[in-house]
Amino acid sequence: MPRYGMVIDTRKCVGCQDCVVACKTENNVPEGHNRDWIVTESFGKFPDINLEIRTERCNHCSETPCVSCCPTGASHIHDVGGVVLVTHEKCIGCKACVEACPYDARFIHPDGYADKCTFCIHRVEKGEKPACVEVCPTYCMHFGDLDDPNSEVSKLLNSRKYHALMTDAGTKPNIFYLV
Amino acid sequence: MHEIFTTRNNPNIDPVMAMWGWEIPVYLFLGGMVAGMMIIAGYFLFSGRHKESNCSCYSIPLTSFVLLSLGMFALFLDLAHKPYVWRLYTTFQVTSPMSWGAWILILVYPALIANILIRPPSWITQKFPKLSDIAGKLQAHPFFIKNVGIFNMVLGMMLGAYTGVLLSTMGSRPLWNSSLLWVLFLVSGLSTAAAYVHLIAKNKNESELLAKADNGFLVVELFVIVMLFLGLMSSARPHIEAAQLLLTGTYAPAFWVFVIGLGIIIPLGLQLLAVNHKVKHTPIAPIMVIIGGLILRFIIVSAGQYSHWFNAHFK
Repeated sequence: MPRYGMVIDTRKCVGCQDCVVACKTENNVPEGHNRDWIVTESFGKFPDINLEIRTERCNHCSETPCVSCCPTGASHIHDVGGVVLVTHEKCIGCKACVEACPYDARFIHPDGYADKCTFCIHRVEKGEKPACVEVCPTYCMHFGDLDDPNSEVSKLLNSRKYHALMTDAGTKPNIFYLV
Repeated sequence: MHEIFTTRNNPNIDPVMAMWGWEIPVYLFLGGMVAGMMIIAGYFLFSGRHKESNCSCYSIPLTSFVLLSLGMFALFLDLAHKPYVWRLYTTFQVTSPMSWGAWILILVYPALIANILIRPPSWITQKFPKLSDIAGKLQAHPFFIKNVGIFNMVLGMMLGAYTGVLLSTMGSRPLWNSSLLWVLFLVSGLSTAAAYVHLIAKNKNESELLAKADNGFLVVELFVIVMLFLGLMSSARPHIEAAQLLLTGTYAPAFWVFVIGLGIIIPLGLQLLAVNHKVKHTPIAPIMVIIGGLILRFIIVSAGQYSHWFNAHFK
C-alpha cells in the first residue's frame, strides 16, 4: 500500500496563495475557513536572518491522535495511501480531533462536522494531482508515494536537506519541507 | 529573532484554540461530582450506614441523576453535529476515551436507578405506588444492597477517572498530557461530592464524617496538584511553558486565588476548625469547595487548549 505525502521546496515557494485559492475552489471550503494556508517564518540574528515561506495543511500523519480519539470512527485512515479522512455522516462534531491535532489543522465546518485537507483524494484516485499541487506556479509542491524509492517525492528527499513540522509531538507527519 | 506569520484564521482555532467553551468544563465538573457522589453513596450502602433512616445515601442518587443529566445536556449542546449523536452508540472505539465515556454513562444510569429504587423519595412513590413494593423487596435482601453499593463505587471511580483521561490523552495539549490529571479530577470530584453531602446531610454524625473526609480529599488534591506541576516542570519545554501558564502566566491569578486559595486552603482551614469543634460547621466552606472545583475545570480546559507544542503563543 502506498504512503502518500508531499514534499515542498521552501526555496521555491513565494507564498502566492494560489494553493489556498485552488483548495477553496476545488473543495468548496466555506468562507472564513482554511484547509491550507501560508506560513512565513523568519529566524536568526541580524545580519544572518533566514526566511522560510511554507504552504501548510493536515500532515496526514502516520501516528494519528485525531483518529484514535474519535469516538465514532468518523476520523479514519483511508485504504488508499494512508490518507487521513473524516466521514461527515459519522462525525458528531465533538471537536476532540480538533483538540488532538498538534498542527491545529482541523476546523469545524459550518454544517457541523470536522473538516480538513483530504490530499484531494477524489482527484488522486482518478490519477490526478491534488488541486494545490496542480496549480502551484513555482512547482514547489510535489505529491506521491513516500514508500516508493523511485517516486519523485522519495528522490527529492534523498537529494536535499528537509524538515517536517513539530516532529517532537510524535505524530510522524508525511509532509516534508526541503530547505 | 523568531517571527511567524500565518494566513490561517479558522474560527475558534486562531490565534489560540478555544474549541471547547463552557459546556465541557461544566460537564467535567458535574460528571466528577456525580462520580464522587456515587462513590460516597455506594460506600454508605456497602458499609451499612443506609440502615439509619436519615442517611443521605437516599437523596444522593436522585440528585446525581439530575446533575449528570444536566451535564450530559451541556455535552449535547457542545456537539456541532447534534442530529448524529446516536452514532456514539453504533460503535465502540477502543482508543477513544470519549467512546469509553459514552458507554460508561450507559452503565452509570442503571447503577443510579438501582440506588434510587432501594428507597425512592415519597413524591415518586405517591405517583408510582408499585415502586414501594419493589423497594420493599430490595430492602429484604442486604446482599443486593451491598452489591448496588459496590456497583456504584466502581462506576463512580470509572466515571471520575474518565473525565480526566479524556483530556490527558491529548498529546497535542501539553498541560493536559499528564498521567496525573485523572487522579486530580477523581480526587476533586470526591472532594466536591463530600462538600455537597456535608452541606445537605441531615444526620449530624454524617455531616461530621463528610467534613473530615473532605479535609482528607482536599489535602490529597493539594498533593496531587503539586505532583502534577512537578511532573510538568521536569518535562520538555512545552510542558514547562504549559505549567507556567497556571503558575505565573495568564491563568495564574484565577488559579491561585480561586482554585488554591478560596477552593482548597481557606475551606480546609475552616473545616479543620469545625471538625475540631473550634467553630460551628458552616455551609461557606463546602460551597467554596464546590465553586473551586468548578473553576478548576474551567481553568484546566481553557489553559490546556491554550498550551501548545509550538511555543509562539507564549512570546
